[in-house]
Amino acid sequence: MADYTIYETVDITDVVCPVTFVKAKVALEELDDGEVLSIRLNDGEPVQNVPRSLKEEGHQVLKLESNDDGTYTLIVRKVED
Amino acid sequence: MAVDYGTLKKGGFMRQKQKDNFSLRLAVVGGTLTAENLKKIAEVAEKYGDGHVHLTSRQGVEIPFIKLQDIEEVKDELEKGGCKPGVCGPRVRTVTACQGSEICPSGNIDTYGIAKQLNERYFGRELPHKFKFGVTGCQNNCLKAEENDVGVKGALDIKYIEDKCIGCGVCEKACRTDAITIKDGKVNVDYDKCNYCGRCAKSCPTDAWDAEPAYILSFGGLFGNEINKGESPLPLVTSEEQLFRITDAAIQFFADYAKPSERFKFTLDRVGREEFYEKIEEAYHG
Repeated sequence: MADYTIYETVDITDVVCPVTFVKAKVALEELDDGEVLSIRLNDGEPVQNVPRSLKEEGHQVLKLESNDDGTYTLIVRKVED
Repeated sequence: MAVDYGTLKKGGFMRQKQKDNFSLRLAVVGGTLTAENLKKIAEVAEKYGDGHVHLTSRQGVEIPFIKLQDIEEVKDELEKGGCKPGVCGPRVRTVTACQGSEICPSGNIDTYGIAKQLNERYFGRELPHKFKFGVTGCQNNCLKAEENDVGVKGALDIKYIEDKCIGCGVCEKACRTDAITIKDGKVNVDYDKCNYCGRCAKSCPTDAWDAEPAYILSFGGLFGNEINKGESPLPLVTSEEQLFRITDAAIQFFADYAKPSERFKFTLDRVGREEFYEKIEEAYHG
């Protein structure tokens, strides 16, 4: 596992699909290439789909961890085109 | 002169309630038309129809209110725009398809490519009753594969590549059949639980999966007066060659055993599935 420093965090547990992805995407847009974002997301559809959508956008998913409270933390490194 | 409605129907001209008016069904493969096709269809609908078209439940286009005396002229006109008449009656119908892997991020297979090949092999083939093929790209099943006489569903034949895995945990959550468990950063796959949906491979940030397009076939589906979900007795089909061997065997079984006006499902009910499964297993193994 690569080392990383979290630059910014975003909570997308207050929104539903497809806004979950949009909110994560907007948060990533604020970052520079190579900076790392921590995303708090809900179990179910968000955790099933958001990592894949971010991969399809070209970003680098580093880690998905359970917070053991029905939410997860997804760590993503921004990759610019 | 008596009107031969059977021949007209075979050539895609569907008799309307209104005397001497026909709704012309066009041949459409996998729900795909070019802009040139559409321009010609619009032109014909305005000139020979009443200015509207109908989109059918199986991705077809019909131009209603074509007059009996214009039929030959309409055919010639459509030909100039690359459009061909479709079919109705007891034969192989429009092959339907979703957008598949060439367009859709969820697609596991090139549905349009498969639909075109099925169309070339079978379209319009005379059979005891109608026979429908549908091709869907993944397990989201937008194209409803199992409602067809033969349904093709895109899958991914996956194998885990440990060396490329970073143990991030995404695949365990992406999997909807609990086939994946992660312990101490190591992925374990229970292939007996896997339904080949490919969500693990699609979501994997390091592409730590060998994922090859594959096919899940279903047989005997129908969704009209009677409703039946097509059954999938075969293991995963892993090549196009194997796929077409099986579809050849299935359609031949229908041609050989079905009674007139009997849909595939009822042929299977009457003749017995064991006999059919034997035939397609033979084709599966080549």
